[in-house]
Amino acid sequence: MNKPLRRVAIFCGLLIFALLVRDNWLQFVRADELNAHPKNTRVRIERYANERGNIIVDGKPITGSVDSGDEYFKFKRTYTDGPMWAPVTGYASQAYDANQIEKIEDGILTGNDDRLFFDRTLAMFTGDKKKGGDVVTTLNGAAQKAAFEGLGKKTGAVVAIEPKTGKILAMASTPSYDPSSFAGYSRKDEKAWVALEKDKNKPKQNRAIREIYPPGSVFKVVTAAAALENGKVKDIDAATDTPEGWKIPLSSKEMVNHAKGCANASLKRALDISCNSVFAKLGDDVGRDKMVEMAEKFGFNAEQFTPVRSSASVYDKNADRGGNALSSIGQFNTATTPLQMAMVTAAIANDGKLMKPYMIDELRAPNVDLLKKTEPEEMSRPVSQENAQLLQQMMESVVTNGTGGKADLNMDGVKVGGKTGTAQHGDKNAKRPYAWFISYAKNAEGSPVAVAVIVEDSAGTSREDISGGGLAAPIAKAVMKAVLKTRG
Amino acid sequence: MSVVTNTTTIGAIEAPSRRNTELALLAFAVIIPVFAYLNVGLAMDGKVPAGMLGYGLGLGLLAAVAHLVVRKWAPYADPLLLPLATLLNGMGLVLIWRLDQSPRLIATSMNRFGTFSPDAPSQMMYSAIGIAMFVGVLLLLKDHRVLQRYTYISMVVSLILLLLPLVPGLGADVFGAKIWIRIGGFSIQPGEFAKLVLAVFFSGYLMVKRDALALASRRFMGLYLPRGRDLGPILTIWAVSLLILVFENDLGTSMLFFGMFVIMLYVATERTSWIVMGLLMAVAGAAVVGSTASHVKSRVAAWLDPFGCLETATDQNMLNACDQMTQVLMSFGSGGILGTGLGQGNSDLIQFAANSDFIFATVGEELGLAGVMVFLLLYGLIVERGIRTSLAARDPFGKLLAMGLSGAFALQIFVVAGGVMGLIPLTGMTMPFLAYGGSSVIANWALIGILIRISDTARRPAPAPAPSPDAEMTQVVRP
Repeated sequence: MNKPLRRVAIFCGLLIFALLVRDNWLQFVRADELNAHPKNTRVRIERYANERGNIIVDGKPITGSVDSGDEYFKFKRTYTDGPMWAPVTGYASQAYDANQIEKIEDGILTGNDDRLFFDRTLAMFTGDKKKGGDVVTTLNGAAQKAAFEGLGKKTGAVVAIEPKTGKILAMASTPSYDPSSFAGYSRKDEKAWVALEKDKNKPKQNRAIREIYPPGSVFKVVTAAAALENGKVKDIDAATDTPEGWKIPLSSKEMVNHAKGCANASLKRALDISCNSVFAKLGDDVGRDKMVEMAEKFGFNAEQFTPVRSSASVYDKNADRGGNALSSIGQFNTATTPLQMAMVTAAIANDGKLMKPYMIDELRAPNVDLLKKTEPEEMSRPVSQENAQLLQQMMESVVTNGTGGKADLNMDGVKVGGKTGTAQHGDKNAKRPYAWFISYAKNAEGSPVAVAVIVEDSAGTSREDISGGGLAAPIAKAVMKAVLKTRG
Repeated sequence: MSVVTNTTTIGAIEAPSRRNTELALLAFAVIIPVFAYLNVGLAMDGKVPAGMLGYGLGLGLLAAVAHLVVRKWAPYADPLLLPLATLLNGMGLVLIWRLDQSPRLIATSMNRFGTFSPDAPSQMMYSAIGIAMFVGVLLLLKDHRVLQRYTYISMVVSLILLLLPLVPGLGADVFGAKIWIRIGGFSIQPGEFAKLVLAVFFSGYLMVKRDALALASRRFMGLYLPRGRDLGPILTIWAVSLLILVFENDLGTSMLFFGMFVIMLYVATERTSWIVMGLLMAVAGAAVVGSTASHVKSRVAAWLDPFGCLETATDQNMLNACDQMTQVLMSFGSGGILGTGLGQGNSDLIQFAANSDFIFATVGEELGLAGVMVFLLLYGLIVERGIRTSLAARDPFGKLLAMGLSGAFALQIFVVAGGVMGLIPLTGMTMPFLAYGGSSVIANWALIGILIRISDTARRPAPAPAPSPDAEMTQVVRP
């Protein structure tokens, strides 16, 4: 009987061997995949196992972490002024994952990042509880507050940038949501989340960077920049050869103006009173390819990473002549995020140098050691210094002589430049128009702030009254004022 | 056999009893779980657990009693079996205690039943009863050949044991599997005991019938095909296995019994044809039942694509089966190579049966690939010692019994570990010694007791006069 016994012994050995091979397959080959599997609750358990690091504005945390005593997720995220800061922080929910800074810097905030390896090891020996590091943002609390309160009940967004560095100073979006309302995983959190998901006003949408709007007249500064850079206009005070009612190429229609006095208006005057005909013609003179080139130098047709990703703003690369002319006044397929318009404004205010916008200034270890500091980085030079100053002259004239009067700060030594926009949209422009305003403030040391404001819908305002100058400019003014004040 | 023959020809020199080796190994088998216990306590509460001394003393005492009994009544027994079983049992206790500490499992139990009772103390009691069983086997069973007398009684007893869960009022349906009976507050899994009794029946039966089954056959396409009437036994066992599968919803037990019979049949008759037939019948049975019985279908679906079937599951049962499988797989995956360390994993996310059917996932997550391989090799060693005992046994009954028990043990390991690791569809059986469950612990200690008894007899210097030198010659004559 020993021969079959030996064979059975080999068979049993093979059974064990098969188990060993399978285990290696499971725990070595597939370990990473299973460990990070979206269905694996351990990822979230780990995220909330320790006190989460904070997101910091002006040296003060705008987030918190409380020990909820839960068996699954020990710590729960809390937010100070959640709705105001939601476009910056994003959310970190035990049930619904995380987004924006909470997601991008999750490694630092949970303390699992490789850069915190030393801290973790040290904590293991000293017996300290593992803790997450902090994310220090570039934002300015006062400016954010001005932006959020300025928008109030209106639907819209504000982005403010420091032109010199590209630091994002304010990023507000309304209607907003409170990320602490669904930070946990209870029934209540689920209800809050479902309600937000179903809300027609899309409160979870970050309008400042994730929504693209037709820019309307505020895009005319880009067209003006293109005209100057390409030599189509040499003197901003010289009359342009534009008839009132300029015929759109490849179309039977004529481009007409809401404003009076646009026939042969100078570039400066045309911007003051926002002449469609002049800019449509200039866009056509510059030509599609050069217009695309200019727009892309400002950041169009590309996603921006602040490091939170923004949607790509659009300037149509394949438009025909008529389409290009319409695109030049911010219509047709042109669409932009508020961030993009703030970047355009900032580049002009910074004498033609576009700085890469960013909102994370520093990453800090739990013991406040600096892990990483973001250095300002030049993104491009869309316009020469000379032309940038001409553009500034024109934008300042808009505020002093034109449609942007409501943005004037009336402060000594501070010049304000701006541009209004009222973008009609929808089928046959039937929907309520968007009110735009872009502006910058400038003093002797340069420009501390550039702002883009959009008010999407304005309940309580009659259709005729919706205009960039009326609705959006006061918000931009409040934000600029807040920034200038905190600068002393 | 030749080894034994040689020692007897040399004469008076006694084979070393190896009892001291066993004692030294036992010391490790007690110390390792005690350290593991300490490890869990430190990891979960940050302090030396209060029960450590009691646990260490208890396990040490049980091991000492077992050792002394072996030393006295089975002095030539295999020195590895007892330490291996003690180590596994001790580690099982630690893992069950660790899962008792899980706030999540406590909360779930409180929500569902309003109470929570830790399982580790019961398991400790079962282990004590198991060791008592082990001692009882060694004391009462002075010679394993006695069991041969009870061949047909064993058949009746095993059938009764297997059918008990189907008796109304006695059987309990636990999450679809009807493999339990409930007597006065105690749940018993008769299948675990049936495993032992069946092995006795198979050994006795096959020892008598093996010549008929082996010799009376026709050759066909290179295989010796048995006569039609000799097919009776295998057909009966096959039918019984299928009945278990259909009526008790227990794929594991069914596969285990049929597999054990086929292995023993093969060893007894040395006819490969039985294996071929056995496999064909198993495949046919599995195919028919697998495509009709819904619980088997859910298990197969969960095995083929656990993550995918979370979306495609057609009913709640299938969804539960798939969810369970994904949780177990993620538990293994999260362990990685070295594991999270005892007490630091999240294997309690498996929730239901985390400390019984799925306890191996806790090993996987907290001790990692390395730990799982160690456990598999420990089990492999038990099987190897069992087969070695079978090889060394001098009587065919002992050979068959030892083989049957070790073969069943190996199959059980494969079916359970393979099931939780997703190598084969999951079945409702438990890891011997590791998993929580009184029947399993007690029956497996009895199994180790029988193996130790057989190995003692096998390794004992033969008292009989040296066999005639023709002994070797007679072997050659065999067909």
